[in-house]
Amino acid sequence: MPADPVSGAPPPGDLQLLSLTKRFGEFTAVDDLDLVVPAGSFFALLGPSGCGKTTTLRMVAGLEVPTTGEVRLGEQDITWAKPYKRPVNTVFQSYALFPHLTVYENVAFGLRRQGRKEVTEPVRDMLRLVELESFGARKPAQLSGGQQQRVALARALINQPQVLLLDEPLGALDLKLRRQMQIELKSIQGEVGTTFVHVTHDQEEAMTMADTIAVMHRGVIEQMGSPAELYESPRTTFVANFLGQSNLVPCAINGRDGGDLVIDAQGALVRMPAERAQVHQGKAWLGVRPEKIILGSPGEDLPGNSLGEARIVDVSFVGVSTQYLVRTSWGQELMAFEQNTGARPLMRAGDQVHVRFAGAHAFLLDHDQDARAGVDEDSAA
Amino acid sequence: MTSSAGAPSVAPELAPDGDASSPPRRRRSSAWFLLLPGALWLVAFFLTPMVQLVATSLYDPSGSEETGYAMTWAWGNYVDALDFYLEPFVRGFAYSAIATALCLVIGYPLAYAIAFKAGRWKNLMLVLVIAPFFTSFLVRTLAWKLILSDNGFVVGIAKTLGLIADDGRLLATGFAVVAGLTYNFLPFMVLPLYVSLEKIDHRLIEAAGDLYSSPAQGFRKVTLPLSMPGVVAGTLLTFIPSAGDFINAQLLGDTTTQMIGNVIESRFEVGDYPAAAALSVTLMVLIVAMVAIYIRRAGTEELL
Ligand SMILES: Nc1ncnc2c1ncn2[C@@H]1O[C@H](COP(=O)(O)OP(=O)(O)O)[C@@H](O)[C@H]1O
Ligand SMILES: [Mg+2]
Repeated sequence: MPADPVSGAPPPGDLQLLSLTKRFGEFTAVDDLDLVVPAGSFFALLGPSGCGKTTTLRMVAGLEVPTTGEVRLGEQDITWAKPYKRPVNTVFQSYALFPHLTVYENVAFGLRRQGRKEVTEPVRDMLRLVELESFGARKPAQLSGGQQQRVALARALINQPQVLLLDEPLGALDLKLRRQMQIELKSIQGEVGTTFVHVTHDQEEAMTMADTIAVMHRGVIEQMGSPAELYESPRTTFVANFLGQSNLVPCAINGRDGGDLVIDAQGALVRMPAERAQVHQGKAWLGVRPEKIILGSPGEDLPGNSLGEARIVDVSFVGVSTQYLVRTSWGQELMAFEQNTGARPLMRAGDQVHVRFAGAHAFLLDHDQDARAGVDEDSAA
Repeated sequence: MTSSAGAPSVAPELAPDGDASSPPRRRRSSAWFLLLPGALWLVAFFLTPMVQLVATSLYDPSGSEETGYAMTWAWGNYVDALDFYLEPFVRGFAYSAIATALCLVIGYPLAYAIAFKAGRWKNLMLVLVIAPFFTSFLVRTLAWKLILSDNGFVVGIAKTLGLIADDGRLLATGFAVVAGLTYNFLPFMVLPLYVSLEKIDHRLIEAAGDLYSSPAQGFRKVTLPLSMPGVVAGTLLTFIPSAGDFINAQLLGDTTTQMIGNVIESRFEVGDYPAAAALSVTLMVLIVAMVAIYIRRAGTEELL
């Protein structure tokens, strides 16, 4: 631990948001949100910009008053607590460092306001943690973006909040620095053990950093789970498209056979485990991730489900893998990624292939949802 | 100076004289040329009157408009000026210091409200702050004469409330002069304060709240320090002109409330130019000295 524990602090608990709603006039920015952030976890709130992430964080920090709903921290109801009375600190989207104070005084700010007289040691420890020991005397304007980001982190962490809120903390950094800071942030979180709520619109960032991700869209949580869970078993078309890419084939459910569902996918009969389906009858979207699609030669007899024959329309070689775009017999274009293991020859545009997938890797989504939801959202911006 | 990256010792020999050195020289002379209008303006309208003023302050004090003035290097003019008029000097600085403090106390909340709380009324409020400038300084000060007159409602209310004696008055008192100064120079305080408050990023104040500052602490530790350039500019813009003002003391005061501006003005009236000039120069030197000390103490260069 970088600094002495604040004596008498209540034991940290889970952060709970109960039916949290925020309206700005007619517009509902956060809609009846329920969320539990386990104590000590690295939690990511992921969603396209404008979906209500900042508003949610601001309600937790006390900078915005919820229209309805509750914010609880462990046993405490902090919905109406003043921001300066909450054991919660924020790393702001634009850092919001105090320009008139030195790095040292910025970091010491929270402790001084809490009436701590002796701040030298905790500030030094904190600056060491973020590797800015020799920068204490500088003004924020004399630091690079990455250094400012670290000051913002140190300034918040030194108070040993029960929950640290990070609003797109890496958004202003270039890609290389962002990757480096992702690793640093994660290791700092492991070191201090504080609950981190990390807001981001970058799905890759959320996946690499977080224990648990909540995917937010238009003011509601679409799905919450571990990165692998969200990726392997998305429950909505938005999650399927926003986290990675998905092929969504319109299909109809014929019936059940033991633990499997039997599905008519554009004339091809396929089977998949019923527990991977969100719907169990009628029309649906059959989802398969591009790397789960297996392209075989037309004659080849491989296990798994067949989606019939298709023609390769585009090939992109990206080093570790090759990305194929194939047009199926019913005219849909599907993405297929294949590792360049060297075991199979590269195929060329115009080649005829047999499209297969394993039912255990597929997922079945509600047909009423928009198949293109989340496709062009700014997840990489 | 050679701007090329090549070997510096060789370049001048290789290059014909004109080619190597003329472009920088031409550039330098055109920079001077651009400075010329400003420099001429300064010489004509600042330096010349300045020299004339200092010279006048050293003329023989026994001269008059009829007999003319002789340059006798009469340094005694300065001694006499301070000797005879120390009281209006001190009073003038005291009045303008009080007026400046009042302007700050009234102007800061006003500027704060306009910058942070006015919302869509912001522009209207700014126009209202500037609106008094649409009429003359003199007319507005005369209006104050009416407002504070012995039969006016202000005196009436003050008497009912027992703030002044039944035969007391406001006009022709130091109070009236300070009130007039405060009123007249308030916009000069409000506008720079507004500008520096307006520039403050609201997220900094939120960040202070997030870091355990109550609203009062947040103001003291973040808003106030960040608005210091406005405080310094506003106090200077209020203090400097009010220290030399004579209209307010003339219209709202009496002989016991004379400021140094009134003395300078009356010396001019009677043709005592050497004394008027010596007082003016002294006033100027004192103000410059005070401002220099103030700016150093306020430490505005520390900000940002
Ligand atoms: N103070 C406000 N007044 C009106 N609308 C707001 C306000 N703050 C945010 N919004 C709106 O709420 C929505 C969500 O905003 P925000 O929480 O900042 O999104 P995110 O952080 O996910 O990009 C946006 O459409 C935004 O325009
Ligand atoms: Mg945001």
